[in-house]
Amino acid sequence: MVLFIIFCPIVAAVLIMVGAPARKTALTASVLTFAATLYLLATFGDGEHGFQHVTSFTISPEWRLSFTTGIDGLSLIMVVLATIVTVAAVWFAGTVERYENAFYACLLFISGGAIGAFASIDLFFFYAFHELALIPTFLLIGIWGSGNRVAAAWKITIYLAIGSFILLLGLILLYQSFPPAFRSFDIRRLTVAVSLGQIPADAQHHIYLLLLIGFGILVSLFPFHTWAPEAYASAPASAAMLHAGVLKKFGLYGLLRLAIPLVPEGARHWTTLLVVLLLGNIIYVGLVTIAQKRLDWMLGYSSVMHMGYIFLGIASATILATTGAVVLIFAHGVSIALLFAIAGELRRRTGTLAFDELGGLARIMPFAGLAFGFGVFAAIGLPGFANFAGEIMIFFGAFKHGWTMDGFHIFQIATVLALWGVVISTVYMLRAYRKTFMGTVSEQWKQLVELRPTLRVPVTLLVGALICCGFFPQTFVRMVAPTFRTYLTANR
Amino acid sequence: MMRVTAPELEIAVLVLGMVILMVEAFAAKINKRALAFAAIAGLAIVLIASFFVAPLPSPNQATGFWSFYTADRLSIFFKQFALLTTILVLIMMIDYAPVVRRSFPGAQDGVGEFFAIPIFTCAGLMYLVSAIDFVFIFVSLELVTISFYVLVSFTRRNPITLEAGTKYLVLSTVSTAFLVYGIAWIFGVTGQTSLYRITQALANSDVDRGVTLLGMVFVLVALGFNIAAVPFQIWVPDVYQGAPTPVTAYLSVGSKAAGFVVLLRVLLPFLTLPQTQRLIVLIALLTLIYGNLAALPQANLKRLLAYSSIAHAGYLLIGVVCFDVRAVTFYLVAYLLMTLLSFAVLIIVAQQTGEEISDFDGLAKRSPFLAFAMLVAMVSLAGVPFTAGFLGKFYIFYAAVLQRQIMLVVVGVLTVGCGFYYYLKVVRAMYWQSTTNLTKIPVNGLSRLAISALVIATIWLGVYPQPIFDALKR
Repeated sequence: MVLFIIFCPIVAAVLIMVGAPARKTALTASVLTFAATLYLLATFGDGEHGFQHVTSFTISPEWRLSFTTGIDGLSLIMVVLATIVTVAAVWFAGTVERYENAFYACLLFISGGAIGAFASIDLFFFYAFHELALIPTFLLIGIWGSGNRVAAAWKITIYLAIGSFILLLGLILLYQSFPPAFRSFDIRRLTVAVSLGQIPADAQHHIYLLLLIGFGILVSLFPFHTWAPEAYASAPASAAMLHAGVLKKFGLYGLLRLAIPLVPEGARHWTTLLVVLLLGNIIYVGLVTIAQKRLDWMLGYSSVMHMGYIFLGIASATILATTGAVVLIFAHGVSIALLFAIAGELRRRTGTLAFDELGGLARIMPFAGLAFGFGVFAAIGLPGFANFAGEIMIFFGAFKHGWTMDGFHIFQIATVLALWGVVISTVYMLRAYRKTFMGTVSEQWKQLVELRPTLRVPVTLLVGALICCGFFPQTFVRMVAPTFRTYLTANR
Repeated sequence: MMRVTAPELEIAVLVLGMVILMVEAFAAKINKRALAFAAIAGLAIVLIASFFVAPLPSPNQATGFWSFYTADRLSIFFKQFALLTTILVLIMMIDYAPVVRRSFPGAQDGVGEFFAIPIFTCAGLMYLVSAIDFVFIFVSLELVTISFYVLVSFTRRNPITLEAGTKYLVLSTVSTAFLVYGIAWIFGVTGQTSLYRITQALANSDVDRGVTLLGMVFVLVALGFNIAAVPFQIWVPDVYQGAPTPVTAYLSVGSKAAGFVVLLRVLLPFLTLPQTQRLIVLIALLTLIYGNLAALPQANLKRLLAYSSIAHAGYLLIGVVCFDVRAVTFYLVAYLLMTLLSFAVLIIVAQQTGEEISDFDGLAKRSPFLAFAMLVAMVSLAGVPFTAGFLGKFYIFYAAVLQRQIMLVVVGVLTVGCGFYYYLKVVRAMYWQSTTNLTKIPVNGLSRLAISALVIATIWLGVYPQPIFDALKR
């Protein structure tokens, strides 16, 4: 089943390249993948520890390298996120003028790569699947992008290439730091080896730093974030949805999956650094976001800013906060995809996303305004949406971490500052909503048309996911918490 | 079961070369393409036969022939490597033959030799990877370079080719002189030319280390010329650009691979000297930085591939510094696949349009097959997972991290970033840019087969590298 979910988009992409009808095949494949994921979700055994549905093919016995896939609660949530956003991204893509087949093939490759990375238990394939998305992203932004697409495409590709090679060094160092008898690419074996104390503390410091920089570049951690806003502003809406919603989360997933269980000592060692950097994301990038004058750039920066909360959850390494981080990863992925989708539809109609030229669009396109409003409220963190559930867990978890009666320590200070981030995001999100959808309609937009009725399906899907997860976060918590409980108690 | 010994392979190749040359000379009416097919078939038979050769462990105390010729696993593997390269280059030469014929107005002559000479080069490469004695290294290296003198300047009416030929001739001669001079110094101190005996002599403490090192440096200059390492790379861009394209491919794969095998063998005795490693680290750093930075602004694809060949020499040298034979071997195999793939596409496209990167504009519309093949080649050269090129870099970096070569790793990662830029420039031309010329590009059956095989092999080895390691272990 897991193999089907990974390879369905990839096979479909190959078929499309060979000449199958692009939109139909892509839509069928993404809906099938989503259905299969829902089936997995329904049959997922909550109580069971460890990975389920494991399949394994040996590649190299000598390196203990094998193509192993399987899911646990954490990876299943990531796969659900990936498949939901894929359905929406493919649905929103509509008709493409140039090279339609290549466009849909690229989208499906990104999706398949992300799903493959989330469902791989083997470090090597975990890494390799993520890279599968690199070239399609380059092509998507380069061929079908808008604005300063050439510079954006180069920037994202070279940033991510260097980031992934730094990550690769971290993984190699991780592999080598174990004594030869314990070396393996299998995450489960490595976790066992760590619990036996097979990895020295000073090696962990180096590994964690490499992983943090590598994953940090991929997730747009401050100060490595400059590729993200430009790329998302220039990318076609579907590509921005998939990249900001799903692919970028690979780095966060990697930190949760690798850094916390395998190099806990390194994580402790670099906590202060990470807290400083993530405050850069929340405060500095947050203020930069307020200054944006275009909707696409604002959304790009906001997606960088929100990474800060998730990093806060990861840095604090408490069960509550890391679980909250997973919920927020899901919530942010869905909400940013929704926002980019509506922004893409606006750009398709108006040809511009500058705040000065827009205004009053809710009167002409009430459904788009409503959908965007849901996205905005979710992004701000209004109760009832999944983002609120994630953020509140992160704030509580982080605030509790290292709390003593004699005063505030780094995590308490960081939490307080991060709470200001909520105010910042309220400012820029509501301001963007007002400038785009409220106010008077300018003459030139009077003849705009509302979203096609069929587009209500993906919008409903995304909003539904946000609200479901917002009202019932415990479904997710039950799936993830056991994983983190094993990770975090084993390392105490 | 038929028993074949290693030296018979080279003899078979030499005989094949002479037969083809004779037929070419005396049967004037024969279709020259038939000669190429005969050569390919002959080499393919030798390639198959080579799998029946049982590798012998390197005999240390052997005398006579076996004191300068080894048939160990490494050499057998690289003999197969040389044969495969030559076969693929001959296939490219068939595609390239019209260009050669055009430069000999009025007559067909010359084209026959164009197919025969690579066979001698191949024999030279096969000898070279078996050589464990300086004299034999020198002789087989000469066989390779002299046949390259002819091949590089084959289309000599073209002034650029003539310039390339002259440059290659002069600089190659200088490097040969360095080799002989270095060998003389080493012989003067140790009294030996056999690599094994030199190792023994160096273990003896009353040998003058400084003088041996000097000799080693001279030898390194000559080998640096062959593998295109900085600062001996000056010839590379001009010669690669000027030479007939199949010959460029041959130079950049065959000559470089053999050079690296010899480098690994020659360095072994000198690794006890601490200066050796530092020297090679320095060369590797320079090569990485120069090759990658100089490739950035190139607009001519052949020239870009020339600089990329320098850059890859840098990554290979990281493997040499760590003395990881398996990593170097795997990288060379990956390099063979992706480089020959890109040259094969280049030859076909260049005959329709040209060799500039802008001539590839809109290739995805004109020939999706060729564009996809080139995409795989470029992506593999850049080092994206699921291609052989990525695994090559993975093993190289693995070795470097294991030995804590921090400088090399840091520079290596940064240059990989550069690589993504200049390789993707080609992808960008093929897929982003549009063109007004929408005529299809014809690809003949044999080339289509070869290109498909190379694409599949590049992806296959990127997922399943074990066959290469098994071949080295057997």
